[in-house]
Amino acid sequence: MNRWIDRNIKWLFPLPAVLFIALMMAFPITYTLWMSFTKWSMSAVQPPKFVALANYANMLGADARFWHAAGRTFYFTIAAVAAETVLGIALAMLLNRDFPGKNVVKTLFLLPMVATPVAIGMVWLLMFEPSIGFMNYAIGLFGIAPQRWLASEAGALPSLVLVDIWQWTPMIALIVLAGLVSLPSDPFEAAAVDGATPLQVFWRITLPMLRPTIIVAVILRSIDALKTFDIIYAMTQGGPNYATETLNLYGYTLGFGYFQMGAASTLLMIFFAIVMGVVVFLNRARKGVAA
Amino acid sequence: MSRRRRTHPLNPLLHFAALGVAFVFFMFPFAWMLLSSFKTQAQIMSMPPQGLFKGSLKNYVEVFQGQEFGWFIINSFIVAASATLAGLLLGLPAAYSIARYKQAGIGFAILVARIVPGITFLIPWFILFTRLHMVDTLPALVLAHMLVTMPFIVWVMVPFFEAIPGDLIEAARVDGCTEQYAFARIVLPISGPGIITGSILAFVFSWNNFMFAVILTGAHTKTLPVAIFNFISYSEINWGSMMAAAVIITLPVLVLTLVAQKYIVRGLTAGAVKG
Repeated sequence: MNRWIDRNIKWLFPLPAVLFIALMMAFPITYTLWMSFTKWSMSAVQPPKFVALANYANMLGADARFWHAAGRTFYFTIAAVAAETVLGIALAMLLNRDFPGKNVVKTLFLLPMVATPVAIGMVWLLMFEPSIGFMNYAIGLFGIAPQRWLASEAGALPSLVLVDIWQWTPMIALIVLAGLVSLPSDPFEAAAVDGATPLQVFWRITLPMLRPTIIVAVILRSIDALKTFDIIYAMTQGGPNYATETLNLYGYTLGFGYFQMGAASTLLMIFFAIVMGVVVFLNRARKGVAA
Repeated sequence: MSRRRRTHPLNPLLHFAALGVAFVFFMFPFAWMLLSSFKTQAQIMSMPPQGLFKGSLKNYVEVFQGQEFGWFIINSFIVAASATLAGLLLGLPAAYSIARYKQAGIGFAILVARIVPGITFLIPWFILFTRLHMVDTLPALVLAHMLVTMPFIVWVMVPFFEAIPGDLIEAARVDGCTEQYAFARIVLPISGPGIITGSILAFVFSWNNFMFAVILTGAHTKTLPVAIFNFISYSEINWGSMMAAAVIITLPVLVLTLVAQKYIVRGLTAGAVKG
């Protein structure tokens, strides 16, 4: 028995994990794919009706709500990840210098990304509250007129971007900081000998050498930003008037709000393809840089 | 290191000012949550906000009286602990095998779970679990959360196992030791740091998970993120109690992070930076 396990360990060790993935991931995705060709409202008496590509044609061709949601998904992802990258690099530079209490400060910066997003969403909900929230008080100190934040169609999505920036800038900073520490010191010494200014060193040496690290951070962050659900659902549920309805939220509403399982599955397959497409695209960009 | 410090583009004063601004921005919501959790509704409503006020624990008492909050804490704990343990049980051998036998295909299949949007599984799961009468049971939720914990553990452990020198295992093999014995007696005991890293964050991700729980739980199995979300279904939000609930939910995670800071950093940057 022991011998047999020993000989086949290559397959036995990953087997439970692979079976689990097949059962809980591969099978559901296949099922969702099949459902995306049907029309079904989860009714027990009316079985799913095969409609071929009708859901896709409908969604891509005639559903403005889908296109708006797709636009918001990209708006949210690009705005949040771009801001997080710039601020994250800046934060990493600030932390890459010795000062008293540095380790404690570094640890505290971890908290936004581990804190339960729904709970944090509730805190921001209170801070964004137009009449009693801290945000309007804070901007009032600088003479800025009160905003309606999440309550206005124009302000809701940018407000959510701000929360995402708060949550995830430290993540980029953390990755960049780890990259900074592992950089070789020779180019910096050479630059110092040549009398380069600190800014020149940053733009010409530090940033180019960090590029692979930064791109990996951007890829990881983009995947998660596209899929953001918790804070949006907790704070606005896609409102007001759909102003924060991203693809993830729309898919959720189609499935669990309207029980249009076919249309929801169609949306999820398209969403899945978009996320995979972004991953492949960013990965290409990374390889292009490495070459 | 000292050289790089000298070439830093900011002068020390600006550096501290910038750090200070960043620090206040990132810490403020936590401070506000904590302060508000001790305030009455009237104190929260007052403008300008009160920095100094007579605090009370009334909100905390209310949280535990109003809902079955104690149960929600227990539910969250059971689900996160079970999903993490099961994730280790499946993930450790798989990660080891992927690392030792270069099974990139299997590794990729498992890691796809970190890319696919979660609701893509949620609809079939919901249909399946409804048929099996498993909605509103803890096992269904644990199974769902395992799709978060197990791939994450694999993601952390593959590079960790890859770094273990092959000679170590070969030496044991020469001594007549079986692969499984070498894994259990040699590899696992020296993998403590990796296992801690993977488990802590897997636990945190499961504890924080909202999307799966909001669909798959019901009155009996509600976890904390779902419970706090239900606060906003009231006509007027009871902000104080909501903030007290937020403190109760986030506190374990925050304390865990402060205590196990080193492991958290390693886990969060896993896959992004080598070494």
